[in-house]
Parts: sequence; structure tokens; C-alpha cells
Amino acid sequence: MNDQTLTPEERVANLKGMGSSRKRVEDVRFTQGKGNYVDDIKMDGMLFGAFVRSPYAHARVVSVNKEAAMAIPGVVAVLTAEDLAPLGLHWMPTLAGDKQMVLADGKVLFQGQEVAYVVAENRYVAADAAELVEVDYEELPVLTDPFEALKSDVVLREDLAGQTEGAHGPRKHHNHIFTWEQGDKDATEAVLGEADVVAEEMVYYHRTHPCPLETCGCVASMDKVTGKLTLYGTFQAPHAIRTVVSLISGLAEHNIRVISPDIGGGFGNKVGAYAGYVCSVVASIVTGQPVKWVENRMENLMSTAFARDYWMQGKIAATKDGKITGLWCHTTADHGGFDACADPTKFPAGFMNICTGSYDIPTAYLAVDGVYTNKAPGGVAYRCSFRVTEAAYFIERMIEVLAIKLNMDAAELRRINFIRKDQFPYQSALGWEYDSGDYHTAWDKALKAVDYEGLRAEQAQRIEDFKAGKTRKLLGIGLTHFTEIVGAGPVKNCDILGLGMFDSCEIRIHPTGSAIARLGTISQGQGHATTFAQIIASEIGLPADDITLEEGDTDTAPYGLGTYGSRSTPVAGAATAMAARKIRAKAQMIAAYLLEVHDNDVEWDVDRFSVKGAPERFKTMKEIAFAAYNQAIPGLEPGLEAVSYYDPPNMTYPFGAYICVMEIDVDTGEWDVRQFYALDDCGTRINPMIIEGQVHGGVTEALAIAMGQEIAYDEMGNMKTATLMDFFLPTAWETPNYTTDHTVTPSPHHPIGAKGVGESPNVGGVPAFSNAVHDAFRPFGLVQSHMPHDHWRIWKIANGLGMHG
Amino acid sequence: MSKMHVKLTVNGKQVEGLAEPRTLLIHFLREDLKITGPHIGCETSHCGACTVDIDGKSVKSCTTFVAQVNGADITTVEGLTNDDGSLGVLQEMFREHHGLQCGFCTPGMITRAHRLLQENPNPTEEDIRFGMSGNLCRCTGYQNIVKAIAASADMLNAQKEAAE
Repeated sequence: MNDQTLTPEERVANLKGMGSSRKRVEDVRFTQGKGNYVDDIKMDGMLFGAFVRSPYAHARVVSVNKEAAMAIPGVVAVLTAEDLAPLGLHWMPTLAGDKQMVLADGKVLFQGQEVAYVVAENRYVAADAAELVEVDYEELPVLTDPFEALKSDVVLREDLAGQTEGAHGPRKHHNHIFTWEQGDKDATEAVLGEADVVAEEMVYYHRTHPCPLETCGCVASMDKVTGKLTLYGTFQAPHAIRTVVSLISGLAEHNIRVISPDIGGGFGNKVGAYAGYVCSVVASIVTGQPVKWVENRMENLMSTAFARDYWMQGKIAATKDGKITGLWCHTTADHGGFDACADPTKFPAGFMNICTGSYDIPTAYLAVDGVYTNKAPGGVAYRCSFRVTEAAYFIERMIEVLAIKLNMDAAELRRINFIRKDQFPYQSALGWEYDSGDYHTAWDKALKAVDYEGLRAEQAQRIEDFKAGKTRKLLGIGLTHFTEIVGAGPVKNCDILGLGMFDSCEIRIHPTGSAIARLGTISQGQGHATTFAQIIASEIGLPADDITLEEGDTDTAPYGLGTYGSRSTPVAGAATAMAARKIRAKAQMIAAYLLEVHDNDVEWDVDRFSVKGAPERFKTMKEIAFAAYNQAIPGLEPGLEAVSYYDPPNMTYPFGAYICVMEIDVDTGEWDVRQFYALDDCGTRINPMIIEGQVHGGVTEALAIAMGQEIAYDEMGNMKTATLMDFFLPTAWETPNYTTDHTVTPSPHHPIGAKGVGESPNVGGVPAFSNAVHDAFRPFGLVQSHMPHDHWRIWKIANGLGMHG
Repeated sequence: MSKMHVKLTVNGKQVEGLAEPRTLLIHFLREDLKITGPHIGCETSHCGACTVDIDGKSVKSCTTFVAQVNGADITTVEGLTNDDGSLGVLQEMFREHHGLQCGFCTPGMITRAHRLLQENPNPTEEDIRFGMSGNLCRCTGYQNIVKAIAASADMLNAQKEAAE
């Protein structure tokens, strides 16, 4: 193909760069069953680990008898806290500044807690042996309610007895973890006192679980000859795991290689460090053999990283015309037995202080109290950026509650309170600088797309028909305008365990004009190998198809903090663009040398540098790549590669307008999503096909959470939803089709203007579904009802409103 | 525990091995035969990641003993690739329509869809959604999976017509 015969448009198309719906390169493997997930890893002499778990939510562990288990042929070891204590590994640090038992040290604090770890030659023998480990427990009083826990004499964390100072300031009670305050309390209370109207409500965002289809697991392999530990695992942050393993094991970091192979979904579940990883590493060090641990689904739901469980008491003040003047929120956060939240260190309640949402609210105050209970630890960002979904749900419910109080249309109430386009960059009352937005445009586009006026007219008719006895179905119109805060984050205020939350990319251009790029992130289905190659293709003019992407191997990839909180595109995507620009800068010098002109006399043109004013004189990137390896260019080192560590100057603030239209049967509580419209503004769009896929998936997870999915306990602390029989994951049958749309408001501080999108649909979806349920019952007097809105709970709403005659 | 002699046909090949009576088919496939396309997602028959085709029926191999299917003809996702190594129609359409993200459910999805299209070569969207409701996906929201299966049906019917 002669480059000179192609138009610039054709050359752009050949790159399959940014803006192209390039098909995914990952799929050739995955569709043939040739992915390589952690449970696919097989090694010679590999042993299997299995846990003995507590049946009690709160109990003393009186004794552990291993004898019967050890007697089974094929059992290699049974580890207890006693065995780990000499190594100092019976407890481990959590990401939230707390510590957590690896194996029960004298007591257990939640049902399913790890008590002993059996190592055996195969998984069947390990499971047999785990059954035979005899543990004597002495039951203790159980606290499952965080409000009760703060009043109770029962001390959950006896190891912290007498400690009045926690990782995030003073502790007010033995079951209290921290108080986190943001904003101006006095000014907010003054505004509330003087306001025309104040709406007050408790908004509960129930406990749920990310439940990726692949559970958590690892294979630890200690090579006693080289002294090197290789740890394969389902890690969303492989480099951070390497550092953590080094810090807690004492192994030097260069002797640890962490590899995240293909990951079968993460959604926040695979960010933290779990007992299974520590025990597998210890077992491999002790036995000298590789040890695999893969949790089953019940273990996954019972013990690794729940999400949400926020009780958010809210007050919102407004003028009688609906202009919001203040927002107050007190959150009681149920963290379970250990504080194992995965948040940036300085943010013990994550970015809950984005709870002013899309609105210009001049005064606000937020306080969050973290509390210990007898539930599993976690509190991870389930497809959201550190409590943003809780914040978005809170404000989007409070807006609806205020609309009821004002007797106003909720769409109009939003419109008159949106931050205006000319107010960006916008300083929020709770301390954030929103980078860019155009909320009115998005909102108007969304309302028009669904014919909002028409829907309200239909709803009014439906209510009349219902009252006349002509139908038993209600119509709900669920509105949401959400603003996210993603891309953690600037090193000045974002770190995890002291590791700054920058990210990285290294690009090497090969002599023949193809390339490899390695990043500090790790895909779990987001399609990084496809999209990051597109960024590079557009930046340096080599086709995306000629660029290999690698992630997840700490021996080869540059250091980065991993993939969660929609941070890959905002942070590693920026690093990718910056590394590519370093390459292009060097390429410019090479091109100028080859063309025998001054560096400034060449200009970039899609895939080449050409002489200014003489476009027929050019060197393509492919030619430049070869020259970098075969020409002695004065003043330039050979080769063509670059690395960038990108410390973002700010977070990015994607936003969106979602509208859900739902039919609800008041007699059965059944719901049917008739229409769901999702408009997302994630700034510059890298791959529209993948964005759309992320929206479909994220809204479906939101559907699950809002309409049925929960982690529920009885008063004894027994987990009631530990299998997929009880824990709701929607099938193709209940999942609706979605209509996606977009506006584009680039981030002004991001090199390519991209903001990230993976989590927006979950953040915006949950309030859209929940508001639809509430909206259906609003004319009959409903103000607030807690999720999940399963059939039984919806039936109860109708029943409570006297709709069953 | 004493072992049983098991003989199967898997993806057109005769295989045999020794297995405990309690050995689950998914473990026999994955660990003894090293066929790791079918995955384990729940161990309670809910998620369908382990779906394989046994004697013309979609079966969840995580709750089937290998001893129960001795002598059976089994197809996994690996067996749905064309003989020349290129992607089969369903595999290609899942790729074309972005019907997968993390890829963990995909082998079960495609294997189930393969059988669904044998059972019903002209499915409506409702038929597809109902017929696939034993397979869970956490990433895609199903919309593109449904599209991929509908497109596969069209393509397979066109191929059949051309062959006749």
C-alpha cells in the first residue's frame, strides 16, 4: 500500500484509534475458552488450600483440634493462628488502617470468618479434611445493628480495648471506628434553621456484594532455590499486592512477582488483600510447593468484600421556589468486624463528600461514623468510585423527597438547581473542584428523548384509571442526574497504604514499527488491550492492531495502583497518552534529521511527520521507528521507547442523565422496566462500542442492587443470602434493553479529555430504578422506602398505603 | 477412595481416565483433561459458567458426576471452533456484537447458545432471553449477547440455505 495514495481520513481509519468502535482483541481467546484465569493455572506438585470457617457470628474459639484432619491421607498441613503467630502473620493490615485476623485469634467476629487453613494434595481431600477439623466455640452476644452496636456494652474488638484513637481520629465508643466530618456544620445548621422548607429523611443503602462471576483466588509458588515467590491471583491492584506481601512477609520486594492473569470480573471485590492469599503464601513457603486457593461462591458472598451498608440521615433546605440552600448528612456506616474498606487513606468514607451531586448547593455538612458489627468486613467500591454510589443515591433520593415537600416536579427541581455550565470549574461546598460539565444540555436532551411531558400525562391517566378500578398497575418515572468523581487520584491527597495513586505506562516501539505497551492497571473485562492501544494509535500513528498491551505482571509492568474506581482511563489512560507523546517528540527529531530540516520545520500529520509547506516530503512513524534502530543520529540515543508516571492534577467528573419507566403491579409487587434511557457524558470517547457495553453492564448491576440483591443477616448474624439461589443476579429474562445516548464535555485537565465510564451506569442506575418505584407510589403518599425493592417489599409498600382494599 | 474407569467422547475425541465416584464432571474436564473453557462460578447450577453439551442437551457440569455420564458425547466451547482453527459462527458473532467482557461466562454462554439454536433455529428475542436464562453474566447486561445469538441464527440459517 502506497501511503501517498491514501487520504488523511483513510489513514486515520487505518489506525483504528480513538473514536473507533474497534472490535476487542481479547475476544479471540475468550470465545474459544482459551482465557487463562487463576483456577486454570496448573503447576507440578500443586497443593490445594481450603478454609475451616466459623458457623458463629461472634464466639470465642476455645480450641482447634487438627488430629482427625491430619490423619487423612493426602493432608499436608492444617494452619491455625497459633502457627502463623511466630511469623507475625496471624493478623494483617487492612487498606483502611485497621488490622484483620488472618486466622481466628481467640475469637471470631463474623459468620464465615477464617479459623483454620487446610493444605492437601487435591481440592477434594482439602474439603474432607476441613470438615474434620474440630473447633470448640463459646458463643458471645451478637451485634448486627450498627445503632445498637454503638450503645452496647458488648466489646467486639477486644484487641482494641482502651484505644481511644483510631486510624482516622478519636473513637467515641468501643464499637466505634471513626468520625469523618466535611463542610461547615454551624453554617449548615444555620441555613436549615432559617429555610422556608426543610425535607428530612433516612436513606438506607443496603449491604450488597460485587459478586463477580469468578470468585477470588490465588496460586502461591515459592521457589526455594532462587528464593523467589510468584503469586498469581485475582488482583485488581497487583503492584499494591506485591508491596503489601513484602511488608507483611518480610520478603524483599524484588523477590516477589505478582501476576494477575485474566480476571473474571472484579467490580471492587478483588481490590483487597484476603486471608486466603496470606495463608497460601505461608503454605507455599512452608511446603516448598505451589499452593492454590480458590474460594467457592458461598465463601465469596460470606467473607470477601461486601459493599454499601450506609444509613444516611439527610436534611435538605430550600426556598419556597425550590432553590436549594443547604444539605446536611449524617451517615452511620456498618463496616463489619474489621475496617477493611478500600478507600484512599485520607478518605475513610471514600468520596461520600460528593453528596452535593450535580447541584449548586452553597452550604453543606457531612459526618460519617464508622461502626463495628458482627458482619463480614469489606466496604469496597462495588462498580463505583469509593462511596460515590452511596452519595449519588442519597442526593437523588433527597431531591425527590424535597420535590414532594415542595409539591414540585422533580425534573424541574433538578433543572433549577444544576450547576450551570459557566460555573465550571466549580468549587463544591464539601471541597471538590468539578472539572467540567454541561448538565442542562444533558438533562434537556434526556427529557426530550423519552417525551417526559407525554410520560407524565400517561401517568396521570393511569392514576385516574387505577382509582376508577380499571387497572392494578402503576407507572413510575425514575429520574436521575448524577455526577461522579473518579480517577483517583492526585498523589497530594490520594494514597493507599502510603502509595500515591498515580499510574503508569511504558511503550516500546519495535524496529519494524509495531509496539508493546505495559501499564500499571489490570483489565477485568473492560477491554484495556483494545482501548489503550487505540490511544497510542492516535497519538503516534501506528495501527492499534500492531500494538500489544500487557498488564498485570509486576516483573514487567511499571508500578501502578491498579484498576478500580474508574481510574484506568483517567489515570493510566493519561499516562499512556503522555508516554506516547514522549515518543512522538523523539520521533519528531528523528524525522527532522532524516528530512534534513530543523526540528521545528516538521509537523505531525496522522501517522507521519511532514515538512511544513511541503507535505509530499514526510517520514511515516514506521520509517522513523526503523531509523531509531539503524541510524546514528547526532545527539540522540538509539531506540524508541518511553515511560510515563502520571500524577493527575485533579479527579475527573463524569455525569449523566438516566430515566427509567417502570410498570408495577400493586397486588403482586412485580415490576417490569418498560424503558430505560441512559445518557452518559464521559468526556472524550475512546471506543463507543465498549462504552455502550459498560453502560449495559453497569445498569444491569444497578437493576440487581435496586430491585433485589442484598447481603442479609438474621439477628444471630447468620448470613441469609450466601448462594445464588438467594442472592439476586438478574438473568437475561428480567433484564431490559437499554437505550444509550451521550453528550461530550471533555475534561480540561486530562491529556485526551477522557473521564472514565465503567462505573457511571451503576452510580446513576440505582437511583433511577429506586426513584421509579417511589415515583409510582408518590401520588398515594409514599415518601421513602428502603431498597432492595423486591416483589415482597413493593407489595408491602402497596399494602402499607392501603391499596389492597 | 477407589476409582472408576471413565470413557467419554469430548469434542470428538475418545478419552478415558480414572475418577472417584464423587468426582464432578467439571473437575474431570478441567483438571484431568485440561479442558479449562468451562468455568466454575457457583457450584449450585445457577450461573451456567460450567455449561457443556452432553448427548445433545445443555448440562451444568458443576453438579454432574463424571460417573453419571460415562460413555457420553460431550462438547465444550473448545469444540465449537471451526476445524481450520477459525472462530465458529457463535464465537465470531459474540466478538462482532461485543457479547462478552471479562469472558468468564462466555464459554458456558456460547455452549448453551449452540444448543439453543439447535432446539430453535429461528428464535425470537423472547425465546433467546428465556432460553439463555440459565446462564448468568455480570458484565454485559445481556443486550449484546441476545444480539449476538440472533445474528448467529441468521448466519447459520443463511449457511444452511446456501448448502441446500
